[in-house]
Amino acid sequence: MGIWFSLVAVAALILLGLLGANVSGLNYIFAVVIPYIAITLFIVGSIVRIVRWARSPVPFRIPTTGGQQKSLSFIKQNRLDNPSSYLGVLGRMALEVLFFRSLFRNTKAELKEGPILTYGANKWLWMFSLAFHWSFLIIFLRHFRFFTQPIPFFVPFLQDIDGFFQIWVPLIYMTNAVILAALTYLFFRRVFDSKIRYISLPSDYFPLLLIAGIAITGILMRYFFKTDLVAVKELMLGILSFAPSAPSEGLSLWFYLHLFFVCSLLIYFPMSKLVHMSGIFMSPTRNLANTNRMRRHVNPWIDELKMKPHTYEEYEDEFRKVMKGAGMPLDKEESHVS
Amino acid sequence: MSLKMKPEELAQTISYKPPKKHWMDVRVEYKKGSYNYAGNPESLKYVHQPNPRKWQPYEENWKLPENWKEIILEGFRERIDKFRSLKLFMDICVRCGACADKCHFFIGSGDPKNMPVLRAELLRAVYRKEFTLAGKLMAKMAGATELTFDVLKEWFYYFYQCTQCRRCSVFCPYGIDTAEITFIARELMNLIGVNIDWVMTPVANSHRTGNHLGIQPHGFKDSIEFARDDLEDLTGIRVEIPINKKGAEILFVIPSADYFAEPHYYTLLGYMALFHEIGLDFTFSTYASEGGNFGSFVSHELMKVLNAKIYAEAKRLKVKWILGGECGHMWRILHQYMDTLNGPADFLEVPKSPITRTVFENTRSTKMVHITEFTADLIKNNKIKLDKSRNDHWHATFHDSCNPARGMGLLEEPRYILKSVLNNFTEMPDNTIREQTFCCGSGAGLGTEENFEMRMRGGFPRANAVKYVAENNGVNLLTCICAIDKATLPPLLQYWVPGVEVGGIHELVGNALVMKGENERKTDLRNNPSPGKEDI
Repeated sequence: MGIWFSLVAVAALILLGLLGANVSGLNYIFAVVIPYIAITLFIVGSIVRIVRWARSPVPFRIPTTGGQQKSLSFIKQNRLDNPSSYLGVLGRMALEVLFFRSLFRNTKAELKEGPILTYGANKWLWMFSLAFHWSFLIIFLRHFRFFTQPIPFFVPFLQDIDGFFQIWVPLIYMTNAVILAALTYLFFRRVFDSKIRYISLPSDYFPLLLIAGIAITGILMRYFFKTDLVAVKELMLGILSFAPSAPSEGLSLWFYLHLFFVCSLLIYFPMSKLVHMSGIFMSPTRNLANTNRMRRHVNPWIDELKMKPHTYEEYEDEFRKVMKGAGMPLDKEESHVS
Repeated sequence: MSLKMKPEELAQTISYKPPKKHWMDVRVEYKKGSYNYAGNPESLKYVHQPNPRKWQPYEENWKLPENWKEIILEGFRERIDKFRSLKLFMDICVRCGACADKCHFFIGSGDPKNMPVLRAELLRAVYRKEFTLAGKLMAKMAGATELTFDVLKEWFYYFYQCTQCRRCSVFCPYGIDTAEITFIARELMNLIGVNIDWVMTPVANSHRTGNHLGIQPHGFKDSIEFARDDLEDLTGIRVEIPINKKGAEILFVIPSADYFAEPHYYTLLGYMALFHEIGLDFTFSTYASEGGNFGSFVSHELMKVLNAKIYAEAKRLKVKWILGGECGHMWRILHQYMDTLNGPADFLEVPKSPITRTVFENTRSTKMVHITEFTADLIKNNKIKLDKSRNDHWHATFHDSCNPARGMGLLEEPRYILKSVLNNFTEMPDNTIREQTFCCGSGAGLGTEENFEMRMRGGFPRANAVKYVAENNGVNLLTCICAIDKATLPPLLQYWVPGVEVGGIHELVGNALVMKGENERKTDLRNNPSPGKEDI
């Protein structure tokens, strides 16, 4: 059900994009107005999200410890999985964000005759997720050749690495192939693994299809249906310098589709699960040092918990007689309540 | 305790294939043996909790307040503003499913709503409906659902099928912590008086008598003196056990099961022998005679008031610092919450071992040391004489208790001690120990008779790993540092791996400890003949 809903949603986006490309009166809206709206919503939406999270305090320091704590001098601490310093936390977060440390631990539990439970290593999800995210990042950075003049230094560098195998003209970029393979894996894993299908929502399929749409239109434009790159760059520079020019006639259908998908993603991003991109940085089980007994963590609302503890005086008042009978020390010989 | 189904039969009921129907259309069914009885109204009244009444979860009428939905939603809203964890964990899950087969309850039951992701979705679905635009507009398509009585029944069933062990949180790429989600879900339900008795009655008991079993001060003293007599019979040495002693250097806080249940009791004997041998100036307290915090299984407020007793008593008795015994959830609270809840403990000194002069720098704010940190330091500094061969009748493995493992990182200290007091030690497979350890299946208030089948299912992964080393290496003792473990692993192992016993670290320390002036040990602390003394 979720799959069909997402497919229909993407099909609708395709139709809309086609509309923008083919109805000349709408060109300006699709090439200029919508991108402005999308960029604005993306930035504002993302900031709103982060501010909302930040407004809720972190009442307790609750790192999930993934290794040996810092305690006695002769016991070796695991500084990355159980950090006790800012540097350690930085390391842990870097491993998490850049290399998906936690996902790397993934195992697959299997129940066999016996009964015997086994936990085999299962790195596929880690591998394809990492491949997807890194490809996406590199492709995004490569696109800076359309966004800035002069072209930033890292673009030719990335192009060289990405096109290392020197196949085809124009050069085939590895990331283009990798992102498609990764998206295919992530999508079909959702469809064919019954557990994952069971937990999947339309909002899990939709971004995969949308990003696949972006990647496919981009690839088609690069290798098969050439578009006027000078016109593209003119348009992008115009938008980014707040002096948009009217879209040139040279912009192809594929470009309109590509751009419209990107805009859809930007708009969708802040209101979806894709905010995990910024959320990961604020996750209290990962971004806090396990210094719990070393440094006091202050909770701003702790005094709102009004219930009073049962005091020792109340306790002794209730049990004075039996305590006395048992010869136990008392604070007061007689009760202060009659 | 018993379960009619044999282990092999139980294993055959487990299927990881989810049903055809969408999960929102599957109604919860209260299966006998898989849920806990409702909180006793008298206990609720004693600690001033809302809506005390007689009811049971299998009944159709839960006798909820008329405006129960508003109460929960208002409470939800309030907690979103108070806990960044909650807000973030509601927003950022991508349902990658990495957590799915990491939960012992899912592995042992196959119930898809025991996948941590889906357990959290039970709460998220309501969150989306109430607090997000997409959820309001698109309902089911956005994964949103209205809070109904059926949803509440599901919450109660599944949030009391989570032991807050945090194993899923280790594997989650964003560190989403189901323990945190379960904690808050239980707190929400508690607002309308939906809770379980094996949490609420221990809470009321702890509040009144200082311990969850409701043992009064003289009863505490009796138990301790009984243990002292037993220790004298075993070793020929009569030890001093101070209770409520003002001016002692150290306050020693243990889970109450240590002085009331087996096999915990042998660990208590071990502590007492050790403290006598090193001449430790310590005291027990009857007012703070429970380290375990049952409040932490239902609300932050109850957690706070129960925990407050420890610092209050340390202050009243004018001790310098606090030492804590072998316990799991207790140490999550002591390590990650106590200082924040009831600190600063500025009336105490930074803990320093009076025997080795080691300063426990890692506890300089909270001022509470874990007993295995303390003992490992003693051993490292050669302050005690140990005869490993006295434990030669045991071949041990070590079960990392969830909270010390994933809420502290206390992994090597107990192992260091074990290897110093024991010749035969074998680890269980890597994916079942340390930060990946499997829960006993009965933590966080779920260790009841009525929940027995679910406990056997939840404990299956742990038991299965024990079985592996029992069959391949001849392991016959599962050691652990948690009172709930010691209470619930014996029936678990009896079910899945008969023949393997359960014991504490300090029980083995007590066995191996060579005491000045002791009689020849004819038996170990649990009255088994000592190795080489079988014929006597």
